[in-house]
Amino acid sequence: MHRLLPASIALALAAPLSALADTSADITAMRQEIDALRASYEARLQALEQRLKATEAAAATPATPPPAPPPAAPPPATVAASGNGFNPSISLILSGLYTHTSQDPGKYGITGFPLPGDAEIGPGPRGLGLTESELGLAASVDPWWRGAANISIHADNTLEIEEAYVQTTALGNGLSLKAGRFFANVGYLNPQHSHTWDFVDNPLAYQAMLGTQYGDDGLQATWIAPIDQYVELSAELGRGRSFPGTDSGRNGAGMAAFSAHTGGDIGDSSSWRAGLSVLNAKASAQRLSTLNRSGSLVDSAFSGSTRVWVADAIWKWAPDGNATRTNFKLQGEYLRSRRNGSLVYDVDGADSAGAYGATQSGWYLQGIYQFMPHWRVGLRTEQLDAGTPDYGVNAGALAGDGFRPKKNTLMLDFSASEFSRVRLQFARDQAHEGASDNQLFLQYQMSLGAHGAHSY
Amino acid sequence: MNTRIRFAALLAAPLLMLALPAHATLRVFACEPEWGALAHELGASDVDVTVATNAIQDPHQIQARPSLIARARNADLVVCTGAELEIGWLPVLLQQSGNAKVQSGQPGNFAAADYVRKLDVPSRLDRAQGDVHAAGNPHIQTDPRNIALVAAALAQRLQQLDPTHKADYATRGADFARRWQSAITGWSAKAAPLKGLNVVSQHKAFVYLYDWLGLKEVAVLEPKPGVEPTASHLQQVLASLKGNPARMVIYAAYQNPRPSEWLSRNAGIPAVKVAFTVGGTDGAKDLFGLFDDTVSRLLAAAAGGAAR
Repeated sequence: MHRLLPASIALALAAPLSALADTSADITAMRQEIDALRASYEARLQALEQRLKATEAAAATPATPPPAPPPAAPPPATVAASGNGFNPSISLILSGLYTHTSQDPGKYGITGFPLPGDAEIGPGPRGLGLTESELGLAASVDPWWRGAANISIHADNTLEIEEAYVQTTALGNGLSLKAGRFFANVGYLNPQHSHTWDFVDNPLAYQAMLGTQYGDDGLQATWIAPIDQYVELSAELGRGRSFPGTDSGRNGAGMAAFSAHTGGDIGDSSSWRAGLSVLNAKASAQRLSTLNRSGSLVDSAFSGSTRVWVADAIWKWAPDGNATRTNFKLQGEYLRSRRNGSLVYDVDGADSAGAYGATQSGWYLQGIYQFMPHWRVGLRTEQLDAGTPDYGVNAGALAGDGFRPKKNTLMLDFSASEFSRVRLQFARDQAHEGASDNQLFLQYQMSLGAHGAHSY
Repeated sequence: MNTRIRFAALLAAPLLMLALPAHATLRVFACEPEWGALAHELGASDVDVTVATNAIQDPHQIQARPSLIARARNADLVVCTGAELEIGWLPVLLQQSGNAKVQSGQPGNFAAADYVRKLDVPSRLDRAQGDVHAAGNPHIQTDPRNIALVAAALAQRLQQLDPTHKADYATRGADFARRWQSAITGWSAKAAPLKGLNVVSQHKAFVYLYDWLGLKEVAVLEPKPGVEPTASHLQQVLASLKGNPARMVIYAAYQNPRPSEWLSRNAGIPAVKVAFTVGGTDGAKDLFGLFDDTVSRLLAAAAGGAAR
């Protein structure tokens, strides 16, 4: 190996030396010498190079471990003894609630917003009760897919498949595809599971325009742009199985959604995300509880299309980015829904069909402040606008009076660890005209099993 | 035919432009500053390193922020501690990145803790024991001998991922190993007076450091791992020190100093802030500085000075 050194030095020196040579003859002579050198050494150089490579490869491993007593050798791989090692990770969310309201929750409604009779709106039943218990299962399927399911067990002993999807992991290029049942990736709150919400309930705008949380069976493609700025685009198709759509057994898609989000950091302490989404859903003969002019609820049927726009923004702050002690989160969304089609007023009675068009909107703004470890306080304010619906021939029976539902919510929660949370929430809910409701909730949410990783 | 080719070329042009940013440099996404610093040592100008966290952030409690998703999406190699330290954020970050190269099990996913022997491996897993990590204590970077093991493995991984610069990684790897080894010898000799001293930790973050230097942890201020120290537990620790006195209380730069300061006042022992990772203190500018600074702070405290 040492004989290589003089040879390479000679080669290295030969090049600059040639520049000093005066005549072209000298240069030619030197070139010839170098050529001769090169020719004779070429074979040996190659052989030496190969030997060098071999020694390097062999040296790379033994050269690095320290001669001083190493902490230890890497541990033997721990392999589960049985096939159970491949079981999906399991998590279980347990949650319960005490609800106290000043109005009868059975008569709850959002004035100006006709919704299906079974819509999950309002504070829910009074007294002590369970909220949903959520069982989550997730694992890699193979090197190309992962699968996850969230099964929700309701207090009335009914099961609901909240999410059950498979997702690609190996497409690369920032692309992933999802198939199955999942929450639509629109807005900020829609794809978030209820146990990650900062309040007991979702905002009124979600309750009135997206059926509290829009989930569907379908396909989703998500793409992250290959630049340093975060840009996420997602597109999805679904059957349109829930409000604002209806499941009607059509061949094509009943729902299509698109969303674009961007975000980033502001120094070490802040980060943000903002986006715009749109969701289109088709409905046919969608039964809605409609409040008529005489103040009674009647069943109407809506057929047509709904387009919901959602603009969302969130800003998170923590001193130097360390959220352990204190942190703050400001979040707001604006929803605008345009429903277009026909409405059959009073299906079982008058049964009067007419055109229907409505532009509804609503927003909420909330701030959550962790003022000391374990303790957070939050305030949410929100408002809806039912717009001026065009009821066509049914205008006489149905026209609204421009009432604007409002709600203010205050909450305080305590988390002994990241796996448990106890929350006290007070809300003054003025969604139902003439029936202001004072709502008090005491809630616990506990997470067992696999450590969940939460999205931003 | 000709026009068809031209059309195809026209279509391919933007694709080529997309493909062009296939940089000559390997893009490394490091979860913690120590691995970012190590990637710099081994990769120099052949790597482009972004670090997801800084030294004053708690690596357990990071969010899968948009900026991190964008950077993970473009990474060729993700270098993290592993051993479930990043379990609350890394899985969702990788999932959302849509980057096949850095998924778990791929060559582009490097977990440092896979290459060292873990301490504090729990014999039983129960969250009643606090935030325990099934694979053992993940704070492996506090022992420089672990850094040496990880460096060897990382140098290999860099060679595997970027064969065009294979020789450079090998050279730098060998060079780092040599310099690191002589530095360890120096630190070990310098820190010899620390051997056998009793210490109190705020979080169980230093088992590897103690294992290296022969320090004895007689108490921990957190009642359970990851649970903030409570007044009653601090009183218990204080009482226990009467029978078994400690020489100092040690906390990491990212932690709230108040519990350690309280014990320092009440037990009359110095509270030592250690960098914990690169950038945690002014002295810890790189990996060498990290241990220079840590050892000198511990020595100063043992000698009776208040190392703050």
